[in-house]
Amino acid sequence: MTNVPIEGILLPDEKHNHESPSNWKEYFSFSTDHKVIGIQYLVTSFFFFLVGGIFAMVMRGELMTPESDLVDRTVYNGMFTMHGTVMLFLWTFPSLVGFANYLVPLMIGARDMAFPRLNAVAFWMVPVVGILMMGSFFVPGGPAQAGWWSYPPVSLQNPTGNLINGQVLWLLAVAISGVSSIMGAVNFVTTIVKMRAPGMGFFKMPLFVWAVFSAQIIQLFGLPALTAGAVMLLLDLTAGTAFFDPAKGGNPVMFQHYFWFYSHPAVYVIILPVFGIFSEIFPVYSRKPLFGYKVVAVSSMLIAVVSGIVWVHHMYVSGTPGWMRLIFMMTTMFVSVPTGIKVFAWVATIWGGKMRLNTPMLFALGALVMFVFAGITGIMLSSVPVDVHVNNTYFVVGHFHYVLYGTVTMGLFAAIYHWFPKMTGRMYSESWGKIHFWLAFIGTNLNFLPMHPLGLQGMLRRVASYAPEYQFWNIIASLGGFLLGMSTLPFIFNMVISWMQGEKAPANPWRAIGLEWLVSSPPPVENFEETPIIISEPYGYGKSERLTANLPE
Amino acid sequence: MESYINSHELPHTAAEHTHDEEGNKMFGFIVFLLSESVIFLSFFAGYAIYKTTTPNWLPAGVSGLEIKEPTINTVILVASSFVIYLAERALQRHDLVKFRLFLLATMAMGTYFLVGQAIEWNGLAFGFTSGVFGGTFYLLTGFHGLHVFTGILLQLIILVRSFLPGNYDTGHFGVNATSLFWHFVDVIWIILFILIYVWQ
Repeated sequence: MTNVPIEGILLPDEKHNHESPSNWKEYFSFSTDHKVIGIQYLVTSFFFFLVGGIFAMVMRGELMTPESDLVDRTVYNGMFTMHGTVMLFLWTFPSLVGFANYLVPLMIGARDMAFPRLNAVAFWMVPVVGILMMGSFFVPGGPAQAGWWSYPPVSLQNPTGNLINGQVLWLLAVAISGVSSIMGAVNFVTTIVKMRAPGMGFFKMPLFVWAVFSAQIIQLFGLPALTAGAVMLLLDLTAGTAFFDPAKGGNPVMFQHYFWFYSHPAVYVIILPVFGIFSEIFPVYSRKPLFGYKVVAVSSMLIAVVSGIVWVHHMYVSGTPGWMRLIFMMTTMFVSVPTGIKVFAWVATIWGGKMRLNTPMLFALGALVMFVFAGITGIMLSSVPVDVHVNNTYFVVGHFHYVLYGTVTMGLFAAIYHWFPKMTGRMYSESWGKIHFWLAFIGTNLNFLPMHPLGLQGMLRRVASYAPEYQFWNIIASLGGFLLGMSTLPFIFNMVISWMQGEKAPANPWRAIGLEWLVSSPPPVENFEETPIIISEPYGYGKSERLTANLPE
Repeated sequence: MESYINSHELPHTAAEHTHDEEGNKMFGFIVFLLSESVIFLSFFAGYAIYKTTTPNWLPAGVSGLEIKEPTINTVILVASSFVIYLAERALQRHDLVKFRLFLLATMAMGTYFLVGQAIEWNGLAFGFTSGVFGGTFYLLTGFHGLHVFTGILLQLIILVRSFLPGNYDTGHFGVNATSLFWHFVDVIWIILFILIYVWQ
């Protein structure tokens, strides 16, 4: 079979599928193939997404009525702590690392990651983190209950007196998750810097690769701070040191600095790859080159740099002096500049294009709309007067759920649908995908929009009971939450059925430009028989003479 | 154009591939050290903030730290950085005997440092739980000591490897990385020494 160029894209020979993992058992093995590891990450993290989702359903059930009547308060505290932690450390981080694992080597024309074994070790730490976190439900005193941020002195309380308690297991899990992420970051940065195919300068890299690169640099320089803080808190809890314990002369606000120095940039670690996903999806489904490629690439790095100087905006009410609040208000607001550049670039990309509203495009558009909303409330929260008013209320909860569900999780679904044919060699069902999208889109807005008026009226977060006047919006939010929970069912159904008996996918179902679409679906073990030579920019849609890559004869 | 998906006919020669891997490993190791340095920086920044903001910084009955022994320790540790450099140089000249001797000398100096620190710890009037000062002191020196210990272990590994059969001249990644790690541990100590012992 010969390759037929279509719109400047070489279509590969499709008879070589036998090279890719054909047996499901391989996905349970210690594989060093970046594609297997990528799928391992995705499936594992999706499992934890369901776990975190169940916690959310219980919480929304509890919040249907003003009284605390559905679950015990200890259980409720454990649930909101674990919901936050699981969704961040076991869903968004690992699933995006899964995509990065799967796509980065393919997109840069490499055979694998720079350190395949390190990659596998980093993945297998994720189930360990999960077991430790879930295990904390079964130790005396119950799970960690101090919220995902675990501020002392609340997190230092240990009424059972046991050395092994939920909080200790939680801290160990966070530390292991940090080690795993650092391993991953070293691997990604080395892979991207050292293993790009010939001809692929930095400004010919796909934007998803740029986004992963920027995000992993944040991991390298931010995560050690959280690890330092976690170790010190662990020592306070177990060895009797005084770092954060005010009763012993320690300073609990220091923990907030360690925590937020990483944990605010962590938001960009999650959202930058999602921006990368947008940048891959919008040009394909609009049949237009990405508007302002270089500016979008550089804006990712700018976000990575600025992310290091914004953390104090979480601490406006922690005794931070006024002059410092002013500085961090300005740096925080500055983040909206590179972010805004990206949004305008995506809108300009879609503008006047021939749009195809397939499921990935629907999810990407929905996520973009909700991101714009989240960005606006984000700027509101960065300003000191607003933050002082709504700090610790549901307004903040609404804001970050628009970021973390509306943008990140919806963006992840866009990516799952977009690359599903590549990963599995099968097509998904469009109609089930669209049902999933509309349920999720309506559910998200019904769930998280009411949180904004609730917060403005003063309803505090992390509470199991509240004043009766907040009930109306809480019922709406809970109904939206249940709808959102249900929206996952058509997704699971679609994925399982399509993976088993979906229509066979061609190498390039979306007629996309990009190296990953040059190889068969699913790609063979070592990706490229011969290293491709990059001859043009990655987004030359609509320009028939543009080729992304040439393969040596 | 012929089909191009056949992973069994890789155009790279084995030697080329090994060379790439060595370069990647060194680059990855440097990236890892950069990340490690942020952990130390976090601890250092914490120490500085604690020292300047904590009332009753020193525990009752403690007037400060003795600086004489740690200074000698510092000189020994910094000097060992030059010795491991000499070991690296010797290996480049294929002089395995000198390589092993200099390596042994480095290990001896590192061990001297650790023993000196253990003696110092033993004689101190405060412990890990003596307020924030005790905590940060032992955390910083202990975490650094752990790195010195790791460095000595790495040196032991490359020393043993130099006696094993096989051509030790191809790929000095282990040696270069160990040496780089040792320099890193030294630089960190100099900052730590100034922060804790000089700035009292």
